[in-house]
Amino acid sequence: MTNNGRFFSIAITFCIMFLFWLLFSAWTVYIPQSYDMSQVFKGILVALIVAFLTHEIFLPCRGENILLKSRRFVAYSIWEMWQIYLATIDVTKRVIGMLPVDPRIIEFDTTLRSDLALTAFGNSITLTPGTITIDIEPERGRYMVHAIAKEPADSLTVDQIMQKKVAYVFMEE
Amino acid sequence: MLAIDVISTIFMAAGAFFMITGTLGLLKFPDFYTRLHATGKCDTLGQILIILGCIIYEGFSFITIKLLLVSAFYIFAGPAGTHALMKAGYVCGVPVWKKGDKRM
Repeated sequence: MTNNGRFFSIAITFCIMFLFWLLFSAWTVYIPQSYDMSQVFKGILVALIVAFLTHEIFLPCRGENILLKSRRFVAYSIWEMWQIYLATIDVTKRVIGMLPVDPRIIEFDTTLRSDLALTAFGNSITLTPGTITIDIEPERGRYMVHAIAKEPADSLTVDQIMQKKVAYVFMEE
Repeated sequence: MLAIDVISTIFMAAGAFFMITGTLGLLKFPDFYTRLHATGKCDTLGQILIILGCIIYEGFSFITIKLLLVSAFYIFAGPAGTHALMKAGYVCGVPVWKKGDKRM
């Protein structure tokens, strides 16, 4: 990385870290009797140290279309919240006995390759109704999934709605 | 004030209900993997509802942001923990229950 780019990434990381410090501890600074400039300097110092140590992890320099991806990711996470609700209702029905318990292990391939997309899809499988990720083969995008009944397994292998959504978010169709 | 009390109580009670359901599933389901289904999924919605109840009860302040971040962290960390347990069980060869087998 060039010197200029390094300075830029440290500066961005510092700004975000300091923002977080303000969110977490600003209430101790703004209360009148304990208002103290040295608190703020401590915050700046800590944010600087963290920025120097972690800017390479925090801002990897291979991002493309980050704004578009994050906009799609926000829309996707709202849909995911609805899926969390459905998943809990589904498990509740199975506990009460309204739906059958008929577990099976399935495997299927996806088009995803990057670490972030694989992790996001693995987490999404665990959050959606009736399925939990067991194992991932990153080279082929192959998932091994434990499904609690036939319908959740079919929603992954036949319908493939979620694969398409995740691939759309991370542009790996 | 009463309305806030009632709404936050409803949220927390719903969260506690789902937590209890998860525990019931842990006791009722037949094997290791299906038990993880019960705990891994019910806890996520349960903690979201309980934290929402806390936020509504306390009103908006800087603590709200901390509570929301705790909730968001659990949404990312919960599935990862469930997956880790699942994979460890599978690698060690914990048998998979099929329909009709004896309860493990």
